[in-house]
Amino acid sequence: MEAAKETCCQNGLAKEMFEQLEHFIVSVNFDPCSPRRKGDLISILHKAQHIFGYLPKELQIWIAKRLNIQHSEVSGVVSFYNYFTTTPKGKYNVAVCLGTACFVQGADKVLAEFERQLGIKGGEVTEDMKFSIDVVRCIGACGLAPVLTVNEKVYGKVAHTDVAKILEEYKD
Amino acid sequence: MKMERINTFAELQERHQALRHLLGLRLNEAGHKAGFERDILVCGGTGCIASASNDIVANLNAALAANGLAKKVQVLKTGCFGFCEKGPIVLVQPEHVFYTQVKPEDAKAIVEEHIIGGRPVERLLYLEPITQKRIPKSGEMPFYKKQMRIALRNCGLINPERVAEYIAAEGWLALGKVLTEYSREQVVDLMLKSGLRGRGGAGFPTGLKWQAAMKAEGAEKYIVCNADEGDPGAFMDRSIMEGDPCSVLEAMAVAGYCVGAEQGVIYIRAEYPLAIQRLEKAIAQSRELGLLGKNILGSGFNFDVRLQLGAGAFVCGEETALLRSIEGKRGEPTTKPPFPAEKGLWEVPTCVNNVETLANIPPIILKGADWFSSIGTEKSKGTKVFALAGKINNVGLVEVPMGTTLREVIFDIGGGIRGGGEFKAVQTGGPSGGCMTKEHLDTPITYENLQAIGSMMGSGGMIVMDENTCMVDIAKFYLEFTLEESCGKCTPCRIGNKRLHELLCTITEGKAENDAIEKLEVLGEVIKKTSLCGLGQTSPNPVLSTIKFFRDEYEAHIKDHKCPAGVCKNLKQYWVVEDKCIGCTACARNCPAVCISGKVKEIHFIDQSKCIKCGVCMTKCKFGAIEIR
Repeated sequence: MEAAKETCCQNGLAKEMFEQLEHFIVSVNFDPCSPRRKGDLISILHKAQHIFGYLPKELQIWIAKRLNIQHSEVSGVVSFYNYFTTTPKGKYNVAVCLGTACFVQGADKVLAEFERQLGIKGGEVTEDMKFSIDVVRCIGACGLAPVLTVNEKVYGKVAHTDVAKILEEYKD
Repeated sequence: MKMERINTFAELQERHQALRHLLGLRLNEAGHKAGFERDILVCGGTGCIASASNDIVANLNAALAANGLAKKVQVLKTGCFGFCEKGPIVLVQPEHVFYTQVKPEDAKAIVEEHIIGGRPVERLLYLEPITQKRIPKSGEMPFYKKQMRIALRNCGLINPERVAEYIAAEGWLALGKVLTEYSREQVVDLMLKSGLRGRGGAGFPTGLKWQAAMKAEGAEKYIVCNADEGDPGAFMDRSIMEGDPCSVLEAMAVAGYCVGAEQGVIYIRAEYPLAIQRLEKAIAQSRELGLLGKNILGSGFNFDVRLQLGAGAFVCGEETALLRSIEGKRGEPTTKPPFPAEKGLWEVPTCVNNVETLANIPPIILKGADWFSSIGTEKSKGTKVFALAGKINNVGLVEVPMGTTLREVIFDIGGGIRGGGEFKAVQTGGPSGGCMTKEHLDTPITYENLQAIGSMMGSGGMIVMDENTCMVDIAKFYLEFTLEESCGKCTPCRIGNKRLHELLCTITEGKAENDAIEKLEVLGEVIKKTSLCGLGQTSPNPVLSTIKFFRDEYEAHIKDHKCPAGVCKNLKQYWVVEDKCIGCTACARNCPAVCISGKVKEIHFIDQSKCIKCGVCMTKCKFGAIEIR
């Protein structure tokens, strides 16, 4: 476990972050010997992604060892679920909803415009790590379709002509 | 504020009476007047919060304080009112004045003109689009007139962050009644008699599910609430959890008593942070009151609930996949039988119910099976919540008795097609469902009727489409969704859907062979018959039903290389209308592909071989001289 921690630190994952994660694992009364220990895996991955921003391989190995399960199992779960990501997000993450309600109102055009202006595709991050684009399925705010979020901020009834204006807000 | 534990059913009933005054103004009950003169309810659902309803609350409180009214008027955040199109919603009680599209800066006017001056703020009242009259009360608005709220009964009525208000609204009384007056078998009988069927998709009778789990042997059992609302465009479960979280907990406890389970798990989408937060509060407060935990109401019955976050996988809405996900595995479905009622979570008997199904249960217990079964049709009892979205005027959440026609929902409640367009189709059941057309508008909505048409009830998403929607494109959209969400375990779903999608792509690109439709039909039927779980078994539905009702549109793509709705990019051509073009050069100057030629004051020409079909020329032309052919 210590060795895994070391490599992670070398790769720029901070020690305090691991301490935070360890604290969480203890707080859910995790038992490495329980036959049902995997039941905590997804909530621990959620927490880890919240702390680190993404789930790189080194972190997955650390979690696997800590939870007494195979790395392949952790990796299998991480790759299965859309919510988990192994690449870091940009400083500003643009999440465009492509749920049906948004789609029929032209969300695909909005997405294409973001992709064009930022020069990246959905799921990618710009070279300067400033922007990333995510495609999400229905955030349940269909009354505001087409809807997107930039980090926590929600933009409703967006047209593709609004894209430049939205990006302008994050110029800094 | 510390709340005292409630130890018996009698104490709970006393507490209910003592708290009833909290809702006095809102329910207009003379005997239960509250300490306040008015309640101002502000919608605190996800949609309205995104439109700054938190700022409205803050500004209302500031305006009240500035006028010395803080002790006389209370401002509360409630769950969703359903009329999301016109959000944020503000409701002033007891006079029941309903404000729409309120902005934070309107707070001052509401306090000064309405609360102090006694005159409702005219410009914020709902404007009836046909009569052009302002309607002050929600009960008189067409959107609400035909609705009947059972599952949504407390959304927009109570403050979802206070369990006391839930108790005031008869909350937890159903559990108390069941624990003191009913045997486990009697609960099953009641559920069977009520005719309640699952609201999450297939419509399996809830009573039968409970009966199977009750009869299954095992010292340990689980109640699981399926709150993995993955169908894009459906948001009723989110609204119930945000607006009335305790009703879900109470119904789970009733189910727990009935089947003999002591543990409940709510599997909820991580994309619903507000619902998660409200449920967490509701669980904590209910535990404090002794309504969850050990020896509930002195009955000896123990039951507790925890949340488990999903991680963005549509297939986890399928119950066996959901259970694998709770176990920390990839959310891949398993074959049934064994059904979860026999071998579910951790291989023990498990009862899985959907959020909306659960929300119906407390009223059924309090008002009786006969009351519930008197609503709806012969085989589809009660009400159903629909999320209206797409090209419709009144986007929002509506609850109507089963048997209401599509026309009533789309035109009377939904206000018809946005922008005055023509109704073309409505899709229910999301990626598992199918579409219905004009000829089905007068069909009463029931599980059986929708299935007979080739669609399904699903979770209740209802996406309305107008003549600008291409049905091949929409089928392709749904299939893209299924492709991405297929877990990959079984071949028909993993590979079959991919081939279906490729065929659809050739059609929308104008490269399809003449037998493409027949190929789609044959392959679709095979996928339906041979897939492992509900996802694969229903994934071809959007394709098959659009072929069934819009075959001519498919043929136009294949044979004439034309998209009648003008959506499919590769089949679209922009042309200059010669008698409208005045030669202003706006199109040519703005064309990013530099494919428009023509001199000033002369008719322009688009070189089709270079055109990238971006549509800029059309938006820039002020004379309507560019058309799509």
